[in-house]
Amino acid sequence: MSGVGEILLEAKNIGKHFGGVRALRDVSLTIRRGEIYGLIGPNGAGKTTFFNCLTGLYTPNGGELMFDGKKLQASAPHKAAQRGIARTFQNIRLFGNMTAMENIMVGRHVRTRTGVIGAVLRDARTRAEEAAIRRRAEELLHYVDIADRADDLARNLSYGDQRRLEIARALATDPQLLALDEPAAGMNGTETEELRVLIEGIRNDGVTVLLIEHDVKLVMGLCDRVAVLDYGAKICEDVPAVVQHDPRVIEAYLGGAVA
Amino acid sequence: MIDFAALKRDRRAALAATAGLGVLLALAPFLIGAAAGATWLRILDFALLYIMLALGLNIVVGFAGLLDMGYIAFYGVGAYLYALLASPHFGLHWPVWAILPTGALVAGLFGVLLGAPTLRLRGDYLAIVTLGFGEIIRIFLNNLNAPINITNGPQGISGIDPIHFGSVSLAKPIDIFGFSLPSLHAYYYLFLLLALGIVFVTIRLENSRIGRAWVAIREDEIAAKACGINTRNIKLLAFAMGASFGGVAGGLFAGFQAFVSPESFSLMESVMVLCMVVLGGMGNIFGVILGGALLTILPEVFRHSAGPVQQAIFGKVLLDPEALRMLLFGLALIVVMLYRPAGLWPSTRRRQEFKGSAA
Repeated sequence: MSGVGEILLEAKNIGKHFGGVRALRDVSLTIRRGEIYGLIGPNGAGKTTFFNCLTGLYTPNGGELMFDGKKLQASAPHKAAQRGIARTFQNIRLFGNMTAMENIMVGRHVRTRTGVIGAVLRDARTRAEEAAIRRRAEELLHYVDIADRADDLARNLSYGDQRRLEIARALATDPQLLALDEPAAGMNGTETEELRVLIEGIRNDGVTVLLIEHDVKLVMGLCDRVAVLDYGAKICEDVPAVVQHDPRVIEAYLGGAVA
Repeated sequence: MIDFAALKRDRRAALAATAGLGVLLALAPFLIGAAAGATWLRILDFALLYIMLALGLNIVVGFAGLLDMGYIAFYGVGAYLYALLASPHFGLHWPVWAILPTGALVAGLFGVLLGAPTLRLRGDYLAIVTLGFGEIIRIFLNNLNAPINITNGPQGISGIDPIHFGSVSLAKPIDIFGFSLPSLHAYYYLFLLLALGIVFVTIRLENSRIGRAWVAIREDEIAAKACGINTRNIKLLAFAMGASFGGVAGGLFAGFQAFVSPESFSLMESVMVLCMVVLGGMGNIFGVILGGALLTILPEVFRHSAGPVQQAIFGKVLLDPEALRMLLFGLALIVVMLYRPAGLWPSTRRRQEFKGSAA
């Protein structure tokens, strides 16, 4: 994880349309290693669509994504995960009927290799790998502070704990870039503050963070740089202090009245 | 039922329970043979075949959550492969140790063949396509007697070699140190051995990276993809593993019956195996075994008791036992699903799931 400050992700003219709806228009942005990068915009601005293009769920209609110096092959989510892009979802998507522990263990899938034969024979290599998966999952449970819920089904966790579990599961894939889709949605003040501390901790441990968020206070306090999307186009990209006072941003959020 | 947590705590109790179960399984054919005769011994052998099938389907439906309505096709593939490779039909007489792995492999390939076009489908849509696949296989078996006679059409293939190891044939009583082991007993032990093998493989898979990936796909396919699971490969693997178990069971069936015909692989059979999985307890290996055993044995119990019971009560047989049997069987299914919706012996996971939704 060397080279803090060098470019980790470069999106060049990403476009995506659904039938006649142009959800993304030539969006270009660069995310540097070690930063917390915020992506904001009004509802329907295309933030989640950009996320889905980045993580391989959608195939962009145009443009190019460069990750860690190499082209990112579109439309294969598991390949994005393999390359080191992990994500959470706006409406939490956990494996509800698996325990918290198992959820994180699934996250290790992409970094482990046991196949059918190994699983059936359970040889020394498989046992060692399985033990390592458990150890890492336990570490991550502690990391996001839900170790006491390890054996509870994910669906029975509280809302805040589910958010944390989803982040832990994403971290289990050893990402270089962690993409969080509205992690603070539905959280109260205390939970949001705890989340802020967690995200900062993740960045300090060397993972670059891409954050989509509606909570402007959280974004402005946490992000190193922020890009603003409106109607599928990027209208601004800068440090929070500048973005906050950009007239185009104010217009996008408050409507045309200000101009 | 059995308190597994207590067994885990107490190794001695676990050993005793295992030993007890082992003795029971080893003596079962003698006990049942003495108490109920050869008919029931035969049913017991069939129960083991159905348990293998149910365990195979459980991987696809129970673990990976892919509703497969044409599963019996793989049983058919295994059975016909055995019939073609060890019968006078083609004049081939392969040994069983070569046929069964080949059957598993070929059925597994068919599993992939079915899986590949259905990767994007789920739930009801998947059920319809797999149902069609099951019927296609059956219809092929029914019609592949012209222009080249491969399957001998609706007449089926008869005179299939019984399962034999060298000169020891399971179709005849086997002489072991002066003690004669009857054929049905010998088949029982062979089927038991393979069923235990399948249980072992299933348990190992369930508690592995692969098993977790299957369940993850069942729970949320998109999240599974985002976690880096290659859902295409893992789903195909589920289809292939499930199908290969079916192929093994099919091979054993052909050798045991010495006769196969397409009508053994009808849609009703697929539904039956699915019922075993659902009624026993989807996703729980022991529940599925229970389901397989019960659903093989219950209809037979009804068949054999429906007539005599009527005779005893009314003095004559009012309703055709054959019709009454399916009526009672359907009733039993409904009662179980009403009172134990998660199955007779659900996995801890599903038990909590149903509790959660009830609350």
